[in-house]
Amino acid sequence: MAISRETIEYVANLSRIQLSEEELKKISGQLAAILDFIDKLKNADIGNVSPTSHILPLNNILREDSPKESLPAVQALANAPQKKNDFYAVPKVIE
Amino acid sequence: MEYEAVIGLEVHVQLKTKTKAFCNCRIEFGSPPNSLTCPVCLGLPGSLPVLNKTALDYAIKTGLALNCTVQEFTKFDRKHYYYPDLPKNYQISQYDLPVCKDGFLDIQVDGQAKRIRIKRAHLEEDAGKLIHESGNSLLDLNRTGIPLLEIVSEPDIHSPQEAHEYLSDLKMVVEYLEVSDCDMEKGTLRCDANISLRPKGAQELGTKTELKNMNSFKGVKDALAYEIQRQKVLLESGEKIIQQTLLWDPKENKTVVMRTKEEAKDYRYFPEPDLPPFLISKEKIEQVKKALPELPKERLQRFVREYGLSEYDAGILVASKDRAGYSEECFCAWPDKNKKPVANWLIGPLAGQSRVPAKNLVELIDLVENKQLISHLTGKIVLEEMIASGRSPSVIIQEKNLAQISDQGALDKEAEAVIKANPKSVEDFKSGKANALMFLVGQVMKKTGGKANPKVVQEVLRRRLDNA
Amino acid sequence: MLNKLTAHELLEKLEKKETTVNDIATALSSRIQEVDPRVRAYVRLAQPGQINQCGLPISIKDNICTEGLNTECCSKILEGFKPPYDATVIKKLKSAGIAIWPNKLNMDEFAFGSSTENSSFGPTHNPWNLECVPGGSSGGSAAAVAADEAIWALGSDTGGSIRQPAAFCGVVGLKPTYGRVSRYGLIAFASSLDQIGPLTKDVRDSALLMNIISGHDEKDSTSADIPVPDYTQALHGDIKGLKVGVPKEYFIEGMDPETRKIVDEAINKLKSLGAQVAPVSLPNSQYAVPVYYIIATAEASSNLARFDGDQYGLRKAGIQNLIESYKQTRGEGFGQEAKRRILLGTFALSHGYYDAYYLRALKVRTLIKNDFDKVFSEFDCIVAPTAPTPAFKIGEKSADPLSMYLSDIYTISVNLAGIPAISLPCGLTKSGLPIGLQILAKPFAEETIFRAAYAYEQSTEWHKLKPKL
Repeated sequence: MAISRETIEYVANLSRIQLSEEELKKISGQLAAILDFIDKLKNADIGNVSPTSHILPLNNILREDSPKESLPAVQALANAPQKKNDFYAVPKVIE
Repeated sequence: MEYEAVIGLEVHVQLKTKTKAFCNCRIEFGSPPNSLTCPVCLGLPGSLPVLNKTALDYAIKTGLALNCTVQEFTKFDRKHYYYPDLPKNYQISQYDLPVCKDGFLDIQVDGQAKRIRIKRAHLEEDAGKLIHESGNSLLDLNRTGIPLLEIVSEPDIHSPQEAHEYLSDLKMVVEYLEVSDCDMEKGTLRCDANISLRPKGAQELGTKTELKNMNSFKGVKDALAYEIQRQKVLLESGEKIIQQTLLWDPKENKTVVMRTKEEAKDYRYFPEPDLPPFLISKEKIEQVKKALPELPKERLQRFVREYGLSEYDAGILVASKDRAGYSEECFCAWPDKNKKPVANWLIGPLAGQSRVPAKNLVELIDLVENKQLISHLTGKIVLEEMIASGRSPSVIIQEKNLAQISDQGALDKEAEAVIKANPKSVEDFKSGKANALMFLVGQVMKKTGGKANPKVVQEVLRRRLDNA
Repeated sequence: MLNKLTAHELLEKLEKKETTVNDIATALSSRIQEVDPRVRAYVRLAQPGQINQCGLPISIKDNICTEGLNTECCSKILEGFKPPYDATVIKKLKSAGIAIWPNKLNMDEFAFGSSTENSSFGPTHNPWNLECVPGGSSGGSAAAVAADEAIWALGSDTGGSIRQPAAFCGVVGLKPTYGRVSRYGLIAFASSLDQIGPLTKDVRDSALLMNIISGHDEKDSTSADIPVPDYTQALHGDIKGLKVGVPKEYFIEGMDPETRKIVDEAINKLKSLGAQVAPVSLPNSQYAVPVYYIIATAEASSNLARFDGDQYGLRKAGIQNLIESYKQTRGEGFGQEAKRRILLGTFALSHGYYDAYYLRALKVRTLIKNDFDKVFSEFDCIVAPTAPTPAFKIGEKSADPLSMYLSDIYTISVNLAGIPAISLPCGLTKSGLPIGLQILAKPFAEETIFRAAYAYEQSTEWHKLKPKL
C-alpha cells in the first residue's frame, strides 16, 4: 500500500516525532514496503474469528485497597531533567 | 426564530478509595507535591497497573444507583494524547465496554418530572496537576492515578436550570452512596458540557461546542447561559458555529477558546494489554443491588409517607445524607405523631451544619412547643448555647434562669405596675387602639427580662384592662 | 578459567568452598577487559570497585530495571535513567543470593531489532566471528555468555529476541510462557508479547535460573498464579515416547540448506533417543510476521509515548514550547528503527485504519494460537530451526528493515501464541557459525521443553564448544 506524505506527516505529528525531510522520504518508502507485505493479512480467513488481546485466559485480577509506602519526593524527582522545589519543571504549553 | 439548547454533561467523580486506581499510593489532599507517587503512577518505564478492587465496586454501585446496566464483561483501553500531566501520555480508560451503560436519572424542573438518560459510566485514572508559571509549568503528580468515574449523559438537557438540577441530583445520589466527596471546589466533582442549538421543533442537531473549567454549580449554570446566548447571536446573524473547546472564565463571566477539536481527537484507543478483562457475575450485581443504601428520592418519599412532611420540607432535609440521617434520628426521638414541629426546627434554627444530640434537640422542642417553658426566641438562644457547650437544654435553662414566667399571680403584679405607669397607653387601648396592648405586653416583658410567657402576659393584662 | 564454567558448576564449587565469589568476579572482570573491547557485549566498562561480590554474578539486559543502576534500553532518550526500583526478577535474584553485575548488556534500542546493531552504544560483535552480528535484540546477553564474559544472563523476548541471538551465539536461550515470569520492571516493548528469560551455557543453568525467576507476581496483572515446579527434575535424559511434531511450513524453499541439514540431523538425533517424530501443520504460520509487526508496533507506539523528557531521560535543551520540545526530544532521542516502529504502530491504531490493521491482526493472532492448540492436543512438543540462516554480517541487512524482520520468521509465532520455546546449539556451519534448534511446547510446559532439550544436549557435544577469541 502506498502511504501518502500527508499520512506520514499526520502520524509523525500524532506521535510527536520530528522528522527531517530526508528521514521523511526514507521512512515513507520503507513503510510502504512493510505495509505491502502486511497486506498479506487480507488473505486470512477471519470470518467468525474473535480478536485476541490477551493471550492468557485470565480475568478479574484485582488488588485490595490497602495503602503502601510511596516514594519520597526526592527519589521520585531524582531523574527529572529540570525541577523546581519539589515539582517537575516542564516547558510551557503554548496552544 | 426560537432556538432550543441541546446539552449533554460529562461528569467526572473522583472516587474516595484509600489508594489510587492502579497502585497502592495513598490518596490524601493537601500533601506536599510529588510525595504520593510510585513507579506505577509516575508511569516509570517497566511499571505495570493492577486495578483497585474497591474502585471497581464503587463504579458498579454507582452505576446501579443510576439505573444503569452493569456489563458482565468489561475491559480497559488506552487513550492516547500528549500532555505533561499525563505521565504515560496515555490514560487508562474504558472505550467500547464501559462498566455501566444505559441508565437514567429523574429530576424535577419547576415542579415537572423529567428523565435524563445516562449513556455510560466508566472508570479511568486522573491526571496530575500543572501550575503555570512565567517560564515553565510545574508538575505535581500526587493526583495522578486517582480513580475517576466518568458519567456521560445523553443530550437530554435543554436549559441551564435542567443542567443544574441534573448535576445536583447526581451529586446527591453519589454522596448517598458514599463513594465520593463530590466537591466541585475541591475538584472531586468536575463537569464538562457539550452544547448546541437548533430551531425549536427541529430533529437534527446543530454544531456543538465543548465547555470546560466550570468549577462550581453556579459556573455550570452561568457558562451554559452564556454559551446559549453566544450561539444564538451567531446563528441569528447567519454565522456558523465552530466546533471547539471553550473554557469558562468565571472572573470575566465569559468563555475563551481552548483549542480546535480536529487535531486532538485521534486518541488511538486499544485494549490495555497490561490489564486482563473483568467479568462481573449476575450474582455479584444482585448482591450490590441489594446492599444499595436508600437513595435520596426514596428517602424523600418515605419522609412524606412516614412523618407526614410536605414534599418541600422533605426535599430540604434529604438533600444531604448526613442531614437526612440526623433528621430521621430526631423524628424517631420525638414521641408525637406530628413531626412538623421537629421539621420546622431542623429547617429553621438548625439549618446550618451544627448538630446537637437528637435527644437534646427533641427535649428543647418539647420545652418550647409543648411545655411552653421558654419562648421560641429563648429557645433559639438556648440552642446556640447547646451547640457551643454541648449541654442539655434543661441544664442551660436552669443555670441561666431562662425559664418562662407563666405564673399568673407573679405576672399580675407586674401587669398592675405597668398599667399604673402608662395611663396614656391604657387610654389608647380603651379607645380601641390595638397596638397599645402590644406596647404594654412589651413593657411587662422588659420588666421580666424577656422571661415572661407573652401569652399569659397578654391574658393577664387584658383581664385587668377589661375590669378597669 | 572460573569464568568459563557454568553457573551450576560454580555453585557447586562455592558450596564446597573450592572458590569464592571474589575469585569469580575477578576472573569475569579480567575476561571482560580482555575480550569486550572486541565483542562489545556490555554497554560500558564497569568502574573498578563497583562490582558487587555478594554472590554468584548474573548479567542483565539493559531493559530490565535495576535500582540505582543505569537502565537505558540502549536508547539516547533514556540517557542517564536510574530506576528508583528493582524489577521483580531482580528482587528474586537478589533474594536467592545472586549478585547483579553492575554493567548492563547491549541490545537493540528498546529491543527493536534482530542484530543488536540498533544500539546507542554501537553494535555487539558475534564471538564466533567478529564480523557477524550476535543476533538480537538480546545480542549482548548471548554474546557475553558465549564469550565467557558472563556466567549467565537475562534477556527479553518479544518476537525471538532471546532465542535468535542464543542460536547465533551457540548458547541456550529460553522464552518462557507468557505470564510465567513477571514483567514488572521490564521496560515494555510489546506488553502482550514480552517475556524475560534466561541465556545460559547449558540447559541445567536455564532450568536453575527459571526456578529462581518464575512465579506469580501481584504487581503484574498478566502474571499467572500457577505453582512453579522444580525444573531440574525434568533433567533426567529420558525422552522415550515423547511425541514431537515437525511443522512442514517451517522447512520451506529459501531456507539456508546448511541450516536445514543441521536441524534435520538434530531431529534424527531425537528420534534415535526414542522420541516419536511426525510432521505437523501450522497453516497460518505465513501470517505470523505481518501480524507481529502490527501488534508489536502498535503496542510499542503506546508504550514509548511516555518518553518525552518531562520526568526522566533526554530533554532537548532550550525549547520553550512544550509540543516543540516533545517533537525535537523524540526526534533526536529515538533511533531510526524506533521511529519507524512508532510511526507504523501509530498508523495501525489511527482513525480509519484500526479495523483494517490492528483489529484484523488480533483476529489472525487467534488463528495462529488455534494452530498450536490443535497440534499440542496430540503432540508434546514441536521442533524447528530457530532462525532461517546462521548469523549474518554486520551491516548486511541494516538498510532493508523488511529482510531483517524476516529473520524472525520461526520465532515470532511463539510470542503470538504465548507459548514457551527454547533454542539450544545443534551444530556449526562449515564457516564455524552456530546453529540453533528450537523446541516449543504448550503453555506452562517448560518441563517438557527442559526434558527434551536436556536429553538432546547430553547426547551431543555442541554446548561444550567455545569460540576462539
